[in-house]
Amino acid sequence: MADLKSAAPLLEVEDLRVHFHTPRGEVEAVRGLSFTLGRERLGIVGESGSGKSQTGRAILGLTAGNGRITAKTLRFQGQDLLSLSPKQWRAVRGARMSMIMQDPKYSLNPVMTVGDQIVEAYRQHHRVSAAEARQRALAMLARVKIRDPERVFATYPHEVSGGMGQRIMIAMMLIPEPDLIIADEPTSALDVTVRLQVLAILDDLVRERGMALIFISHDLPLVSSFCDRILVMYKGRVVEDLKASDLQSARHPYTQGLLGCLPRLDHRQETLPVLRRDPRWEHGTLEEVMR
Amino acid sequence: MSAAVLQAVPGTGIDVSGLNVWFDDHQVLHGVSFSVPEGGALGLVGESGSGKSTVLRALCGLVDQWSGALRIDGADLGKTRSRGFYRVVQMVFQDPFASLHPRHTIDRTLSEPAQVHGLDRVEDRVVTALEQVGLDRSFRFRFPHQLSGGQRQRVAIARALMLEPRVLLLDEPTSALDVSIQAEVLNLLKGLQRDLGLTTLMVSHDLAVVSHMCDAVAIMNRGRILETIAAEDLAAGRVDHPYSQQLLRASSGFDRAVIDSFVDWE
Repeated sequence: MADLKSAAPLLEVEDLRVHFHTPRGEVEAVRGLSFTLGRERLGIVGESGSGKSQTGRAILGLTAGNGRITAKTLRFQGQDLLSLSPKQWRAVRGARMSMIMQDPKYSLNPVMTVGDQIVEAYRQHHRVSAAEARQRALAMLARVKIRDPERVFATYPHEVSGGMGQRIMIAMMLIPEPDLIIADEPTSALDVTVRLQVLAILDDLVRERGMALIFISHDLPLVSSFCDRILVMYKGRVVEDLKASDLQSARHPYTQGLLGCLPRLDHRQETLPVLRRDPRWEHGTLEEVMR
Repeated sequence: MSAAVLQAVPGTGIDVSGLNVWFDDHQVLHGVSFSVPEGGALGLVGESGSGKSTVLRALCGLVDQWSGALRIDGADLGKTRSRGFYRVVQMVFQDPFASLHPRHTIDRTLSEPAQVHGLDRVEDRVVTALEQVGLDRSFRFRFPHQLSGGQRQRVAIARALMLEPRVLLLDEPTSALDVSIQAEVLNLLKGLQRDLGLTTLMVSHDLAVVSHMCDAVAIMNRGRILETIAAEDLAAGRVDHPYSQQLLRASSGFDRAVIDSFVDWE
């Protein structure tokens, strides 16, 4: 059984499309995305409007009401996600795959203590006593390197800092022990040192528990230093799929452009190169674009 | 390395000395001193809560309790700011989605400062300001929601330029923008800085952005300036204070050894 599990990919996505019905007509936010995910850390990178967040949401069944998902394949641990009823999907979400959002200020419940929220997340999927759930929650707070779990357990979200809030989010999302974590800009609201510390915690948990991680971010250098593989998205499509360590030898002009337009400490220049968008990037394959 | 990287010519630019600021009983700035010579650019870098934005707010007269000396062009700033102050000093804020009036056209947003100050040829000034930020006239009668983030930030910069200021205060002007748009806005700001000889004080958490834009960088932590260094020294990693060194290491991406060496500066 265990062998079977590791052999088959955790997540298979083929020709994923997300359409939105808007007053100004049909908008296709994700246009034919395909990838398979094993127990690895995959980065999805792109600018605003590239469809990276909508991809994460579609996998979790969290697409907004005016959106429509279609795919040839959307399979998680061998289970066809598109055939699930909302209730069945809810049983998968949280327990087996989970999402860490960008800003803890907006994703934690402001009128519930931190501890109660983590306990709720755990008891949603595990039938245990309140006392046991509390113990689990305290242990989880300690796992995300919160120094005084008892004190933090009783606080409300507005009483904690941004970095602490994001650790609490991670604790809440990981306590049901999912197999896949989708983190959508999990550290963009944090200061650089805190950002790295939070990523280190996430890194430890992912390694120890053998979870897969989809890390959605606009920060190409950060993703390349953290993930195993990167998908670069542009206007709803993956334009390049590469090993994180190969980022510097990226071939697609969009990927190169994104890297090039960043100011760099070690290379000062008077004028930054700007991205010259080519209409071919919207439809062309890498080979066509390179020609 | 030396504090003398930016030596202000007395009587010009920005001169801040011994600035303390309190929010109620809580002191948030402790003896902050720096100067920016006329036409120069200084960056204030630090993490949230370091007080970098408070320095800008104090210069603009937006904090109540402070002590120390603030001078612009050699003139001491008192408790309130005169109308004339804003002819000299203008500010660009972080979030172009929040800093433009959603129900005013770009034309009205840009005209307002000129009208408040009783300037003539308002229409010419609007067109000139739009040209300076690389937007054509067709933008005049649009609303902010019809513009992209980068275009809105250009409008915010145009508004700051309407009164032909000599000093520009920039508070994280590109941190809400995509990197490709950030490059365009930074190029624009740098060009304006050069062409108009603007004295610039820029706040940012991004060391690379600040060192790209500024001649010198002051690193702040917990309401104090730890050190002021030339941008070349920052680029070459020549920083003295252990906090600055940590900040610099943290800017180079995910590295377990580096993260495990972090010290809490709270």
